Amino acid sequence: MILVWLIVIPLATGLIAGLVARKNALLCRWLSLFATVAGFLISVDLWVRYYPHISLLTQEQWIAQINVPWISGFGIRFHLAMDGMSLLLVTLTFLLGIVSVMISWREIHDGVGFFHFNLLWVLAGIVGVFLAMDLFLFYFAWELMLIPMYFLIAIWGHERRVYASVKFFLFTQLSGLLMLVAILALYFAHHAATGVYTFEYDALMHTPLAPGTEMLIMLGFFVAFAVKLPMFPFHTWLPDAHTEAPTAGSVILAGLLLKTGAYGLIRFVLPLFPAAAHRFAPIATALAVAGILYGAVLAYGQTDVKRLVAYTSVSHLGFVLLGIFIGTPLAIAGAFITMIAHGISTGSMFMICGMVQERTHTRDMDRLGGLWETIPRLSGSAMFFMLASVGLPGIGDFVGEFLVLLGTYQVSHMLAALATIGVLCSTFYGLKFIARGFHGPNRNQWKLADLSAREILLMGAMIVVALWLGLYPQPVLNTFAPTGQRVDQAFNGPTMAKLQGGVKMVPASVAGPAEFAVSAPMLSQTPRGPYRQDRAASPAGAPAVALALTHTGSAGGKR
Amino acid sequence: MFHLLWLVPAIPFAGAALLMIFGPRMAHRTAAWIGCCSIGISAVISMLIAWQFLHQPPAGGSYTQHLWTWMSVANFHLGISFYLDALSLIFMLVVTFVSFFIHVYSSEYMRGDEGFSRFFAYMNLFVASMLVLLLGSNLLLLYLGWEGVGVCSYLLIGFWYTDPKNGLAAQKAFITTRVGDTAMAVGLYLLFRQLGTLNIQSLMQAAQHQWPHGSVYATAAGLLLLGGACGKSAQLPLQTWLPDAMAGPTPTSALIHAATMVTAGVYLIARTHVLYSLAPTAQLAVAVVGAATLIAAGFAALVQDDIKRILAYSTVSQIGYMFLGLGVGAWTAAIFHFMTHAFFKALLFLASGMVITSMHHEQNIFKMGGLRKELPLAYWAFVIGGCSLAGLPLVTAGFYSKGLILWGALSSPVGSATLWFFGVIGVLMTSLYTFRLIFITFHGPCHHKPSQKTGWLMGVPVIVLMTLSVVGGFVELPSYLGNHPWFTNFLQSALPATAEGHAPLTELGAEGIVVLAFFLGLGAAWFFFLQRRELSESMAGSGLGRALHRWWYTDWGMDWLYDRLFVRPVGWFSRTNKKDAVDLIYTGTAAVTRSGWSSLRLTETGRVRWYATALVVGTVIFVLIVALL
Repeated sequence: MILVWLIVIPLATGLIAGLVARKNALLCRWLSLFATVAGFLISVDLWVRYYPHISLLTQEQWIAQINVPWISGFGIRFHLAMDGMSLLLVTLTFLLGIVSVMISWREIHDGVGFFHFNLLWVLAGIVGVFLAMDLFLFYFAWELMLIPMYFLIAIWGHERRVYASVKFFLFTQLSGLLMLVAILALYFAHHAATGVYTFEYDALMHTPLAPGTEMLIMLGFFVAFAVKLPMFPFHTWLPDAHTEAPTAGSVILAGLLLKTGAYGLIRFVLPLFPAAAHRFAPIATALAVAGILYGAVLAYGQTDVKRLVAYTSVSHLGFVLLGIFIGTPLAIAGAFITMIAHGISTGSMFMICGMVQERTHTRDMDRLGGLWETIPRLSGSAMFFMLASVGLPGIGDFVGEFLVLLGTYQVSHMLAALATIGVLCSTFYGLKFIARGFHGPNRNQWKLADLSAREILLMGAMIVVALWLGLYPQPVLNTFAPTGQRVDQAFNGPTMAKLQGGVKMVPASVAGPAEFAVSAPMLSQTPRGPYRQDRAASPAGAPAVALALTHTGSAGGKR
Repeated sequence: MFHLLWLVPAIPFAGAALLMIFGPRMAHRTAAWIGCCSIGISAVISMLIAWQFLHQPPAGGSYTQHLWTWMSVANFHLGISFYLDALSLIFMLVVTFVSFFIHVYSSEYMRGDEGFSRFFAYMNLFVASMLVLLLGSNLLLLYLGWEGVGVCSYLLIGFWYTDPKNGLAAQKAFITTRVGDTAMAVGLYLLFRQLGTLNIQSLMQAAQHQWPHGSVYATAAGLLLLGGACGKSAQLPLQTWLPDAMAGPTPTSALIHAATMVTAGVYLIARTHVLYSLAPTAQLAVAVVGAATLIAAGFAALVQDDIKRILAYSTVSQIGYMFLGLGVGAWTAAIFHFMTHAFFKALLFLASGMVITSMHHEQNIFKMGGLRKELPLAYWAFVIGGCSLAGLPLVTAGFYSKGLILWGALSSPVGSATLWFFGVIGVLMTSLYTFRLIFITFHGPCHHKPSQKTGWLMGVPVIVLMTLSVVGGFVELPSYLGNHPWFTNFLQSALPATAEGHAPLTELGAEGIVVLAFFLGLGAAWFFFLQRRELSESMAGSGLGRALHRWWYTDWGMDWLYDRLFVRPVGWFSRTNKKDAVDLIYTGTAAVTRSGWSSLRLTETGRVRWYATALVVGTVIFVLIVALL
């Protein structure tokens, strides 16, 4: 039930908040804040309770799930389930939800009720996407997050909002339709093979498919996710949408909506269509690297700060795509960390752009410059997240990108080297962003107000999270590990995995019996053994703190 | 005491954090106290650790402190852990001590600057990152420190951000060093793929066991790491950023761009010396890069007129010596030169800071002159530092360290007479440009009266470094002076001894030639720049002289080349493609759809006659088609 609450809270609060806004806008804001905070606390609570047990999870288990018939005639079920990956993404969703509500506190004055209604419904849709394990329900949630987002851009956006919102809508809607076709094809193919009509994730995972069919269905899914990601050359909706959206919209777009694409690839494309994905991997990785380089170089050429940040997303999400289609445990884990870290850092970048625009009423770097003199704290935050974006070690983005690159190198030297040059190119736009926006002489004599208490709270929290991800990402990696392991097994299979050198993370030594039912309420009652965080991701039997300090290469991990 | 190791980088980190968060509202006095004290405490702890290291050496000559797991995925495991051995200890001591004195100096030098607390925040952050670089037990933690110092260098070069020139210099420094870092990162992937770990000590052991001598992997890894080292240490072909880096405040130049950060490449190569021992090609490349750089930078230094740029080129050149030492397997000699260089180069920069302050921020040496009487402390600092830099025999630290490198270049089996010869030419050049600087700045006629006097906060660090520039060399006495290689012996547990091969000369004889080169340079400088200055001016004025002057002045024109090869094409592409050509596909589709719509719309006229005609014509055509088929 806890999962239903995660969706119902934003949906219901959205309705109420939308209605009360006419009478009391402030109450509407507080209600929205309350809903997002509640969602955040629930997911953090789940994480804290679940965390000691991750090493006990076996293959099939979810942290929590609900599975009831919905439209039985078509085999559609209301199936929500949460594993480590969705848990972290839901947590991120609510965190950025809080941020979005708070950042809109002073920015949005018109249509406050409808704005917050849309905001919360987008969040609900995103949570739904991360939790739905029935493909029909998944598609439903996928569409649910699209429409409110469209309104957010079209109503509260900047100058070219109509163009941007229509473009956003067309790209996502058309690619979404391809996914719908693919889902139906899979549904019928599964029926043809087994005689059962079902949209169930686990059931469809083992659908026997002819290679050609598998490739076509895989591409249907892939295009939908690749557009959302966005992958080069499907990225052109993104700069427009990001630039024109209101700050909260940009934060949600960059921080969350793009992640649904990556999530879909990890959750569906790799495990459902392993063979096709393997065959397609060379193209996907090549496009990923092209996106990394292209996005970085184009970001360098921009003069609109938001557009610049938007193109950096193209570049960063290229790493995610690269990691996913390299498909080794290392690379997928890297892709996942990049997803989270990028949500934090680019979300913050858009907040910074929003704050600058709110104060100066321009996003044009030719008109900015010299801001450091008047708003040092805001500029300092901009510097921090610029450094995050250029991949400074110690900040979350670096961890993800490094793991992706390290994993990529195992498969292809050339791709890894080119992608590393992409990291170098990130320096160009990062330094330009600071040099043109914040350094230099204060030619326009800007005299602005520095960060308010609310903004300091937001920025401070984001900086702390980014540093935490950069210096101690292990909790996130551990939480993701069971999912990564499952994807790895489905995608690479036992033999492939061995070939690629991924040491299986089967926690044989500590794994409990299969009936260890992991549902949220039960977790609290089943304290098992000491906290063994370091062991979770290490090969069975390897030393608890599996550092290479004391041994040359880990026990089984050397090739 | 060893368990306090983590505090050595942690305290400066804490200092930096405090200064960043509360700095804007902090009194300058408080900021200075926090900035200096954090480094001071760190230095004291380093000293305590060193004391224990000497008296109760840890088992195996090294101590590892594991703090927490950084990342652990599949077969990739890394910790945040520090590794202390003789090599990192020497670097740690030098860095904390020199940093401390430079911080004290800065508290006066930067007085009244608007960004006072910001300056100390960056400087503290730099020291912390540098210490992480030195102490990191795995290559990725080293890389964290490596990038961290790069960022601090960027922040400090562009410290006075209102001038776009400084910003450009800062960006150039960051990007150029990052070019090297890209190579280094690929080197890291390679090492992990081949050896399955990034822990430095395990890597070295594994490399020794798994790779044969001359292994292609060792060569590739060595060359890739060398790329990183070249970027950070401003060696050919990535040296162009360092002279521009002088845009930063002078204490920054002293600390980051002379004494510590730029020697990180030397540390990296020494730390991974096993790889280079396995890969003669890579090691030779190190030596060649060093030799080429020391000569090229020497010529460039000879024609500069900015006091700090001369010192910057001399830094490039001296690091060239260190690379030469590493490249010929004279590991300890290179580290020795790092130490003495840190002393005398920091001294020279601090002294130049005194000169610049007194001259109202004039940096052109030709606008100075005759400052000997006015600024006696700066003068003597320059004399002692300059002598140490050029290698005045017997009494200066630089003489001993450079002598050791040159002897290694000649005598080690990897070395050769050619490399040695380049080194000796370098000595001549060093002596020439150093004394040119001193003679022009401090002797001759006085053009401008210097104004303000500097206080003791700037004086004391200069005096301390003056002392160290002299006595710092006595920790290693060569064979012809009693043979007391204390320094080498101390490093023995971390670095192999320099192999002795066949040398065409005795050590004393070789040293004699070096001394000769030094005096030749000194004499020439005296003759051309003090005695008969018009001669040097007429030489520079002649056609060939002017061309050479221009060529060397622009650092062999490499900036020009890079600008044409890389900077402009990338800039041009991104500007031209600002609107994103890929979008044309989609806007094109939209445009085609729209034009289809608008042309079809023309048929929708509302005239029944037209509709009827179209209907008939259509039917006829359809019937015809059917009939014909």
